[in-house]
Amino acid sequence: MSVTRLIERLLQLVPVLLGVSVIVFVMMALTPGDPVEIMIGDQLVTPEQEERMRRDLGLDRPMVERYFVFLGNALQFDFGTSFYHRRPVSDVIIERLPATIELTLMAMIIALVTAIPLGVLAAVKKNSIFDRIATVGSLLGVSLPGFWFGILLLMLFAVQLNLLPVAGRVAYEHGVTVRPITHFLLIDSLIQGQFAAFRNALAHIILPAITLGLPMTAILMRVTRTAMLEVLRADYITFAEAKGLNRQRILWRHALKNALIPTVTVAAMETGSLLGGNMIVETVFGWPGLGRLVVESIFVRNYPLVQAAVLLYAVTYVLLNFLADILYTVLNPRVKL
Amino acid sequence: MSRPLLQVRGLRTVFDTRAGRVCAVDGVDVTVEPGECLGVVGESGSGKSVTFASVMGLIRPPGRIEAGEILFDGVDLRQLSRRQMQAVRGRDIAMTMQDALTALNPALTVGTQIAEMLEAHDDELPRGGPARARAIRARAVEMLGLVGIPSPDDRLKQYPHEFSGGMRQRIMIAIALASKPRLLIADEPTTALDVTIQAQVLELIDDIRARLGMSVVLITHDLGVVAQHCDRVIVMYAGQVVEEGPTAAVIGSPRHPYTRGLLASIPRPALRGQPIRPIEGQVPELIDLPPQCRFHARCPEAGPDCLRPIEMRRVGPGRQVRCIRTPAEAGP
Amino acid sequence: MSFASDARAPADSLFRRNLRAFAANRLAFGSAIVVLIFVVMAVFAPWIAPHDPAATDLFRRLQPPAWMEGGDWAFPLGCDALGRDILSRIIYGARISIFIGVAVILVATVVGILAGLAAGYLRGWVDIVISRIVDILLGFPYLIFAIGLMAMMGPGLANIILVMAYKEWVIPCRVVRGETLAVRELEYVEAARAVGASDRHIMLREILPNILSPVLVVATIRMADVIILEAALSFLGLGVQPPTASWGAMVADGRAFILESWWVSTFPGVAILLLVLAINVASQGLRDAFDPRFSE
Repeated sequence: MSVTRLIERLLQLVPVLLGVSVIVFVMMALTPGDPVEIMIGDQLVTPEQEERMRRDLGLDRPMVERYFVFLGNALQFDFGTSFYHRRPVSDVIIERLPATIELTLMAMIIALVTAIPLGVLAAVKKNSIFDRIATVGSLLGVSLPGFWFGILLLMLFAVQLNLLPVAGRVAYEHGVTVRPITHFLLIDSLIQGQFAAFRNALAHIILPAITLGLPMTAILMRVTRTAMLEVLRADYITFAEAKGLNRQRILWRHALKNALIPTVTVAAMETGSLLGGNMIVETVFGWPGLGRLVVESIFVRNYPLVQAAVLLYAVTYVLLNFLADILYTVLNPRVKL
Repeated sequence: MSRPLLQVRGLRTVFDTRAGRVCAVDGVDVTVEPGECLGVVGESGSGKSVTFASVMGLIRPPGRIEAGEILFDGVDLRQLSRRQMQAVRGRDIAMTMQDALTALNPALTVGTQIAEMLEAHDDELPRGGPARARAIRARAVEMLGLVGIPSPDDRLKQYPHEFSGGMRQRIMIAIALASKPRLLIADEPTTALDVTIQAQVLELIDDIRARLGMSVVLITHDLGVVAQHCDRVIVMYAGQVVEEGPTAAVIGSPRHPYTRGLLASIPRPALRGQPIRPIEGQVPELIDLPPQCRFHARCPEAGPDCLRPIEMRRVGPGRQVRCIRTPAEAGP
Repeated sequence: MSFASDARAPADSLFRRNLRAFAANRLAFGSAIVVLIFVVMAVFAPWIAPHDPAATDLFRRLQPPAWMEGGDWAFPLGCDALGRDILSRIIYGARISIFIGVAVILVATVVGILAGLAAGYLRGWVDIVISRIVDILLGFPYLIFAIGLMAMMGPGLANIILVMAYKEWVIPCRVVRGETLAVRELEYVEAARAVGASDRHIMLREILPNILSPVLVVATIRMADVIILEAALSFLGLGVQPPTASWGAMVADGRAFILESWWVSTFPGVAILLLVLAINVASQGLRDAFDPRFSE
């Protein structure tokens, strides 16, 4: 893919991202209730003080001007102050981000390593018992409400079998000893040789990651199966057979390499939808990430944080979809951008 | 006389479909002698491609070979295990397909697609390590050079879509020939190409056949191609062979009305001014065919006596025809 | 007008043939019946439910299901932390889920059809504006968009429906726009234009009836997602407010008691799963029957 084409595609993102920022801004601007009153809460302030806060926040300015101030600040990753934490919103978000990213990546890995082989097998053994079970399983996977499935897993593995912890990211004693380097607990504990902490972190992440990854697994499996079925009918598979290649090579190299094109594209897009699932899953499993923070912030009316997080999620989502596009063209030697 | 390279006897290949059992190939006999080029002609649906897909063991469900023997160098391929058959495919019998654009894997480089053929079959390669890789690369370059790809060294790492249609066809032939097969089945090798390149590709096949001493089966619907390149020809219709013989004889004096129809339907410079007459009607549905001449519905010479099973009969040296209108030759 | 009736006549018999194909798919048909049972449950909830869903009884706090020790067949699925009958609450909860699902899809489909027709048929700046809005809305993950808006607008039935419809209409809009682009150059549309039919007439009378199948299929497929989403919002406390029974909120209520009273969270979740699964299977059957282009 040529660099100019890449830049052109990046430029096409600009209007979308601007539109997204407008919507996020309007969401906030239309919020009932006066942010200053929320900030003040129970404190005693004079009307003059209140007036000054209003001016400091720029709330006396016209809407359009306020939007551009918001946009300018957002571009510098400045989202104002979190009323609740009394710290900059961006600091609070950055603090919570690694946990969310770690969980999301884990969910993605689980989805990819289970969905692709299962999808390939379902396609190869089309209409077999295995294929039918896989099809039913994937229907179940997209129909299961994540928050409920998470609770079921908790009741089974944490409460009944007492195998896994109920909530959190790592037990306190390990949390203290592992020094943050990458801020990904699994990696940090591993590179510091704290295997007990690693095992503990793994035990904490496994249920939330499975819950989060389940719909993606289901969808990817279907996509892989459909793509494989189509690819297996292609002439080049017949030609590969005519060449006398062995079945494994035909399946995993000739067929899968082509079937992966749609699969990986969908995977990148579905990773975007994991972002929304984060809020649910982190709430269910008490995972100390951004998603749970957002949900909590809504109830304490910590709107600047909600606004920043919604914007961040949306921008990530747009970029992931863009990445999916790029991946499609990179993987597919036929398509030249 | 030497043993034929390929001898197919009484082959019947069927497909179980929702509409019923389609008998795509019904009692076909084919013989290919070492070093010869056999032309196989017929409309689409005549069973010519299915016949040779059966020979290659490439029939997939819902299709299956129901009856017949496929003797390659005296060995019945139908009795081989899947592994043994895998070794025959590509090494002993290779195949090219109609459209190289769809037959070459779009996601693998041309080099990979040649190399894996050598990997699978070539026992003369060094056992392992960089020597093996070098040898494979050298062979791949040699093969691309053989089929006339300029600067083959640089083009190994390119993908099929980066080549022109004619070049892709040559690459497919290079792959098929990489393990020096004894029989090449070329299924409509020129249909997807334009006329000037058609001639080049066919000459290439002729040339390599002469050099490697292999046999070629040329599946085509173009009698002109057969006339120029094949020693013998069989004509297929609705899953059966209807005429067989030396090319010159069959084209010079066709005995089956269908062969005559095919000849009349191609434009030939020699017959300029004469109208081209397409054969009226269509190939019948191959489901539950009554035991009678399958061409009779379209045949200008059909009569009530055609409504019974018609056998192949000898009508000359090496010539057979499936029509009762042709007097059988008395004795050899 | 009569000139187009010929073009539509086969569409009608095709519709019936598709319907028969759907009915022949036993799994899909069975699922449709399950959906129907839920609908009946929702509509006739006051007559079906054994108890008042809001009636609390602290003596029955966390009473287990009937077949367990301490259970009572008058409260077959047990009671929640306020002693309310779980079965009755599930039956009433169906009202919320189905009402919101239907309302969101209805609003979104109508808006999506109008916007999609306008974009696909009129083209020009209308198309540009609508397509831009669609692109921007697609830039939000669904749940994030809904959570953000719900946080701002506050909970409540009308707000949930509005918030979801704000984003949901994009999907039918894209389908309708694509289909409209495909049929706008067809003969019957040309014919209508030639005799001077108005744009409105052409869009609503000539094009719309011929592209309804995919729109219907998409609407049923989306219904399942909308119901899950509503449950998720309720679970987070951003949906319908108590004491109204909603499945998502019921699951959330049970979270505090998973150590000893598993039934409080489990049964409402089973209801969501059953309904959503039935809709998914039925809509897949519909898609196979009505829009074979998309089936595998």
